[in-house]
Amino acid sequence: MNNNATQKVLLNSQKTALIVKRFALELIENHGDLSKSAIIGLQPRGIELAEAIRNEVVNIMGSNVKFGTLDHTFYRDDISRGGIHIPKPSKIDFSTENLRIILIDDVLYTGRSIRAAIDAIMRFGRPSDIELMVMVDRIHQREVPIKPDYKGVSIDSRNTEQFVKVEWKSQSEVAVWLLDKKS
Amino acid sequence: MNSGVIKHLLGIKGLQTHQIESIFETADNFSELLKAPVKKTPALRDITIANLFFENSTRTRVSFELAEKRLGADVVNFSSSSSSVKKGETLIDTVNNILSMKVDMIVMRHPAPGACQFLSKHVDSQIINAGDGTHEHPTQALLDAFSIRNHFNGSIAGKKVLIVGDIKHSRVALSNIYCLQLLGAEVMVCGPATLIPKHIEKLGVKVSHNLDEALKWADVANMLRIQLERQDARFFPSLKEYSNLYGLNMERLNRLDKELLIMHPGPINRGVEISSEVADSANSIILQQVENGVAIRMAVLFLLAQRNL
Repeated sequence: MNNNATQKVLLNSQKTALIVKRFALELIENHGDLSKSAIIGLQPRGIELAEAIRNEVVNIMGSNVKFGTLDHTFYRDDISRGGIHIPKPSKIDFSTENLRIILIDDVLYTGRSIRAAIDAIMRFGRPSDIELMVMVDRIHQREVPIKPDYKGVSIDSRNTEQFVKVEWKSQSEVAVWLLDKKS
Repeated sequence: MNSGVIKHLLGIKGLQTHQIESIFETADNFSELLKAPVKKTPALRDITIANLFFENSTRTRVSFELAEKRLGADVVNFSSSSSSVKKGETLIDTVNNILSMKVDMIVMRHPAPGACQFLSKHVDSQIINAGDGTHEHPTQALLDAFSIRNHFNGSIAGKKVLIVGDIKHSRVALSNIYCLQLLGAEVMVCGPATLIPKHIEKLGVKVSHNLDEALKWADVANMLRIQLERQDARFFPSLKEYSNLYGLNMERLNRLDKELLIMHPGPINRGVEISSEVADSANSIILQQVENGVAIRMAVLFLLAQRNL
């Protein structure tokens, strides 16, 4: 991490671990044994959080839960409008028909990625419902009407040049930074 | 050579290895997508593509059209037999007329070598070469190399690829040579001397006129179609003689004590360059090539549309 930049630790490893545990308990509370549910991590930066939550759920429940990764690149609304988007693999080796889907990403910002992800998940079947879980919700920055069902922390970085970075060193070591754009 | 992003896909020559690798990586994702129940994405929904085929084609045209439609693009088709080209219109005029109807990309097949290059300098649109005369057929070479790579678990480097047949008139051969060499494969061409261009060794390929010897060397045999429509000049005495000397049949394969991967860009002249038994055998990936063609063309269109190749 570049120490010259304006930076602030939003969440440290201990706090992130607590949030992951809370997420797991909330999922069990709302989804029961999760036998009709699937945890889907969004490429590229939602995967680690999704894995951490899956592991926590499995630890508490003692039984497995359906897990997949989803790439939304082909469903973006800005292909051919500049920007570089290299697709990553989607790995969902089960039908999502009638399942309760929990989409997991690290940061919710404009909501456009989630809009694309909802399109992308439909190609694996028609889920009974879709929920959204994010570590950081950048409130007041939405460009489409999407809101999270579960969130770690909310921040308001309107009118600033700051952005959020979630850095995973390992599953137990993670830091969430608020960084100056110039860094 | 190019240093960064390219606007058109005119040929393999001029591409860099990392560009081919990013096409393959993207095509991997499209291959997965094509196996799912819903095969369509809206990625290019705001793009219009014109397929201009000034020469006959079935496989390539259908493959491009499917790729375009599965990416959600709007597609218009044009073939020269029913066009104003027959009435004396020039290529630039024809294309500019189509572009004035707000078309973003052109996929073109043309009998003149260099036609796509020429067009790219005179019209303001992205051009993809779907075969220009005896020059290049880049998407065929990409799908051939992609098929070899997938068969050998991701690696082409060091593999020995034999291209057999009419090398002289083949745009597939030339594009394949460039592409395979960029990816680190060794290439040998084999055929009667009349169908091998002079000085082809200068491209760094081996040359053989003996199929049995060449097959012993190879890991992969790509059997090119004998282009019956180009044989007026009599490059060999008879099809029967060609088939005896350069046709791949079971007897030849059985003499080799190894597995050989068999490819053909189609359409096949069964019993001429390849026997039915071999074309339909377990070592043949001819239909996988066709399947991969759609994913490769989707990858090329997708990357070019976002100016990311």
